[in-house]
Amino acid sequence: MSVLTEKINAIIKPENLVYSKSPLLNDDSMHYCPGCSHGVVHRLIAEVIDEMGIQEETIGVSPVGCAVFAYNYIDIDWQEAAHGRAPAVATGIKRVMPEKYVFSYQGDGDLAAIGTAETFHAVNRGENIVMIFINNAIYGMTGGQMAPTTLVGQITSTTPHGRNVDLNGYPLKITELLAQLPGAAFVTRQSVQTPAAVRKTKKAIRKAFEIQAQKKGTAFVEVVSTCSSGWKLSPVASNKWMEENMFPQYPLGDLKDTGRADASLYKVKG
Amino acid sequence: MTEEIIIAGFGGQGVLSMGKILAYSGVMQDQEVAWFPSYGPEMRGGTANVTVILSDERISSPILHEFDTAIILNQQSMNKFESRVKIGGTLLYDPNGILHHPTRKDITILRVEGARLAVEMGNPLTFNMIVLGAFLKAKPVIKLENVKKGLEKSLPERHHKLIPLNLAAIEIGQENLEVVHSV
Amino acid sequence: MGELRLMKGNEVIAEAAIRCGCDGYFGYPITPQSEVMETLMTLRPWESTGMVVLQAESEIASIHMVYGAAGAGKRVMTSSSSPGISLMAEGISYIAGSELPCVIVNVQRGGPGLGTIQPSQADYNQATKGGGHGDYSLLVLAPASVQEMHDFVILGFELAFKFRNPVMILADGVIGQLMEKVELIDQRPRWTNEQISEISGDWATIGKSKVRKKHVITSLEMDSNMMENNNLRLQAKYNKMKAEEVRYEEINCDDAEYIIVAFGSAARICQKTVQIARRKGVKLGLIRPITLFPFPEKIISGYASRVKGFLSVEFNAGQMVNDIRLAVNGKTRVEYFGRMGGIVPTPDEVEEALEQRFLKEDLCRY
Repeated sequence: MSVLTEKINAIIKPENLVYSKSPLLNDDSMHYCPGCSHGVVHRLIAEVIDEMGIQEETIGVSPVGCAVFAYNYIDIDWQEAAHGRAPAVATGIKRVMPEKYVFSYQGDGDLAAIGTAETFHAVNRGENIVMIFINNAIYGMTGGQMAPTTLVGQITSTTPHGRNVDLNGYPLKITELLAQLPGAAFVTRQSVQTPAAVRKTKKAIRKAFEIQAQKKGTAFVEVVSTCSSGWKLSPVASNKWMEENMFPQYPLGDLKDTGRADASLYKVKG
Repeated sequence: MTEEIIIAGFGGQGVLSMGKILAYSGVMQDQEVAWFPSYGPEMRGGTANVTVILSDERISSPILHEFDTAIILNQQSMNKFESRVKIGGTLLYDPNGILHHPTRKDITILRVEGARLAVEMGNPLTFNMIVLGAFLKAKPVIKLENVKKGLEKSLPERHHKLIPLNLAAIEIGQENLEVVHSV
Repeated sequence: MGELRLMKGNEVIAEAAIRCGCDGYFGYPITPQSEVMETLMTLRPWESTGMVVLQAESEIASIHMVYGAAGAGKRVMTSSSSPGISLMAEGISYIAGSELPCVIVNVQRGGPGLGTIQPSQADYNQATKGGGHGDYSLLVLAPASVQEMHDFVILGFELAFKFRNPVMILADGVIGQLMEKVELIDQRPRWTNEQISEISGDWATIGKSKVRKKHVITSLEMDSNMMENNNLRLQAKYNKMKAEEVRYEEINCDDAEYIIVAFGSAARICQKTVQIARRKGVKLGLIRPITLFPFPEKIISGYASRVKGFLSVEFNAGQMVNDIRLAVNGKTRVEYFGRMGGIVPTPDEVEEALEQRFLKEDLCRY
């Protein structure tokens, strides 16, 4: 036995335990790249579901994109949606089982490009679901193409000279738009690049599930995320790039926390 | 007995609802019925027509080339359907707004001044019931008591107070049927 | 005997859905079938049976709502007309691929493109040959009366759950707008959670209890060998449908020299053609496929050696005629007659076509 192993074994004792994996996360090693934010957000969702004791009542809707295999990692029932359709799928599930907890989990291409209509209308109806939005400004799964949230000048495989507004239009701040919708109960933008940020994101996800329990409308949590592979940066450099480039465009914080709007404000007269 | 009828006129003349009342009345008389409307943009102010089939047997095609009876309420419909009455069949029309009157000699041609009579009754909306009355006089395929039941069935409850008015209109139609040409 | 009503085909879809205990309808308005959702919204079944009715933002959203709700083991459905069904093709492929039960009603109108709102049967190939991507089949029922619009909603759900497969009711503008007498079933209760657990508890995503493994509804499989196995399982299921669920109606075929094959409202028209032809002394029969997939190929091939010819009558450019030709396999003549663009032929027109295609030539030959 090496000296190092001896030292390690001396540390592994129940009284030294400061963290344990959520029982809802299984032992499959995740397919995500080193430095990817998905794994952290998966963990937070698993912890929230476990801590709220709602494992038996929760159905997740996974997207098309890197998180397509989310269903492999969290030990709940899952339904895998077509590209962009997760909010519609979640609507269908929730409407016929209003007593259950339903959440969708989508990336930027899924939620803000191909599924924009489904996203807007689910939020506008105030569906009592949780929507988790991973915004890393790139298509990870298909190999680093431009996303609707790709920044101007950002290099991707379909904007090899940088995103050009004349050619590609502007980065889509969909979360700001969704916060305008009367059906939105809670809209927040968080990140997971530091332990403090992780704790805040977990609180936001917990709050989103609680809002669902209270039937107050749609709870929407954006997580500004990194994609080391797509950005072609090391994990550490990715975090730095995100802080310097993403945060000014996608500032963190709550955008709405009022519950869905009072219907009488919109009612016809007479 | 099978009676194949086309009712054709403008949208808003009550063409479809006349057909519906006829069909409901057929049901009340234990007949097989089919009601098939023209639909779509035609419904909105343009021409509207509906095929009604009443039969003692299972009805085959709701789409027909020829009819036993054509009830015609405007010129466009006259142009389209006069030729499609079976030989020996019946054409009933309201002369209001008709410039080219039917000319066939191999069919029975009847008329009722439904539009004028409805205005005289003080309620232009009874127009289609007056025409229905004239048809039932010409072709008593449905008993009047079943027409009453048909009205009850096809009109929503809140309109049931209008049933006596409708029955009066049917009576007026029956009394004012004119024979133009008979085979 | 159930309640007797005079109803439109579209309205009866709604009434049958409520009465058979359907859990949810998700749809988007399109002519000529908007009365389905309008009737549901008027009847407000969420207050009586608890059935959910939701107007979605698009047909795409509707079908994916159906996908989601079907995953819960619920009896759910949608309806649309041709252009809307094209939009649903993606979702239908996913539903077939992940083997979920549901009922989809297509009240066809003329195409291609925006086409016309008048009746058509031009989606036959789309319905029976897939329509979306991948090797899948829907079980396709073709109603020819308002009563069958009613009956096939009930039958559709039975078959959808028997095979865990989407069932399509392929109607058209004629049957949708047609009003006829219909006998309605008495109200049946929706399934309870216990019944759903019993019927679909081994796959439905209704929340993972501690005593079972999680359920995942997906059509995704990255391992090609496993994906091929999934496809083989689907094909075996479709073969079982072919063995067990073929439905058709025969009219005057016993002594027939010629047989018309027609489905849906075309078959109603051709019933009258048979009467007209028989009055003229032509021994004409009619085969009406009720299931378009599985197609009644055996009954057709059985008559192939006995009749002088088949005439396929369709409101399209000739789609089902190819399935008839496959069944007949060259044993006798197979001709097509149809109209397109929303034009519905009359019985006399069909009879003329029969004479033109067969009788004149046959008479010359004798």
